[in-house]
Amino acid sequence: MPIVMDADRVGRSLMRIAHEILERNRGADNLALIGIRARGVPLAERLAANLKTAGGQDVPTGSLDITLYRDDLMKHQVGPQPILRRTDIPFSIDGRTILLVDDVLYTGRTIRAALDALIDFGRPNAIQLVVLVDRGHRELPIRADYVGRNVPTSRQQSVQVRLLEIDGRDEVEVDEVEGTS
Amino acid sequence: MTAATRLRSRHLLGIADLDPDEIELILDTAVAMKEIGTRTIKKVPALRGRTVVNLFFEASTRTRLSFELAEKRLSADTMGITVSGSSVTKGETLADTARTLEAMSPDLIVIRHAASGSPHLLSTICKAGIVNAGDGTHEHPTQALLDALTMRERKGRLAGLKVAIVGDLLHSRVLRSNVLLLTKMGAEVRACGPATLIPLGLKALGVHVTTSIDEAVKDADVVMMLRVQHERMVGLFLPSLREYFTLFGLTPARLEHAASDVIVMHPGPMNRGVEIDSAVADGPWSVILDQVANGVAVRMAVLYLLAGEELT
Repeated sequence: MPIVMDADRVGRSLMRIAHEILERNRGADNLALIGIRARGVPLAERLAANLKTAGGQDVPTGSLDITLYRDDLMKHQVGPQPILRRTDIPFSIDGRTILLVDDVLYTGRTIRAALDALIDFGRPNAIQLVVLVDRGHRELPIRADYVGRNVPTSRQQSVQVRLLEIDGRDEVEVDEVEGTS
Repeated sequence: MTAATRLRSRHLLGIADLDPDEIELILDTAVAMKEIGTRTIKKVPALRGRTVVNLFFEASTRTRLSFELAEKRLSADTMGITVSGSSVTKGETLADTARTLEAMSPDLIVIRHAASGSPHLLSTICKAGIVNAGDGTHEHPTQALLDALTMRERKGRLAGLKVAIVGDLLHSRVLRSNVLLLTKMGAEVRACGPATLIPLGLKALGVHVTTSIDEAVKDADVVMMLRVQHERMVGLFLPSLREYFTLFGLTPARLEHAASDVIVMHPGPMNRGVEIDSAVADGPWSVILDQVANGVAVRMAVLYLLAGEELT
């Protein structure tokens, strides 16, 4: 199945996004990164490292588990219920610009849940969305502020993001899923 | 064994029904739930629109409050029924109360009852998931789970831990659930109590049984004291409370023979000067208040995992 991003391209996209973040926010003052578990977390950490390289400033980084905010907890799911992991936001989000980081933007429902969760932690000045892949098919009025790559897909396809920290290598693959109704 | 991603039953009737990977799942989920208690807004919408009924037929303060708090933090709608002021005092049977509740279609029922097996009875009548909050002298699964979470937090593991459980072994559902859980997870359990309060068959569960507290406490990583239900005991099972304290009370001197980093646990409510010396209860070994905090997290984990099982 086609690899739409290899390790090189993932790395360059994350560096480009770091520069875009600095340009748009006029520096790294008052920024904080929050990765959505699982794969948003290493992405947020890499962006923090890139922001340090490009802007010379440390940006606080946290992780968010949105399982308890999902709208499909009680519905039949394709896979097993995700296991609940710790949310870890070791700083106040009040008054900051939060960069919310996830691997794939699809229906927008995960981001909706993440926004609800973030609001429970305080009142940020702004929330901006960073995704590695935007595959389209939004079901909610949500868009990303920074995108690694736009990948046109059909709903029958699945997008697999693999990251070094979790899967042992960096790549993005598009799979055909066998006809499930 | 592969890690569990869900519980296999819709009910939590006892530790006896759980496999080790399900116990791990509940404890891991509870760790994540604990963080919610540290937020400014201590509430998540996971059980929004779900109804939980708390049926407490027996006096209980901490367990009932702990469950209520857990339910509220998950945004469930809760109703409480206590014995006084309900139709139970008018002579309604448990089965009839259950059928009445069933007609209101709750999602989960938390039950505490003096009769062993009542949660099981409820599970045969109601469609709701049943959570046992203590039934007679049978089981108190969420207590054992919160104890396990506290031990794992402090010791980093359960397997291989030496755990001494001291007190009224005969009437204790806390003992039963803890023994089942700890032996499943590979801990070494020593149980100690007066000869009149040792139940038959305890050894068959893989427990070392003794009447000497010094033998039980020697090298122990964890000492768990059980409450002496003295209102039912004196003159029947025990000659006097003072004698009990002399023979079985946990004092700093006795703890010296335990592991140097021993922790002391008690499910509460404590009888200071009966089973536990105040110097121990308030001392550096005591994790009794951790147990209370962990109770809320464990109950959130159980309610969340059971609610997710509803349609499967």
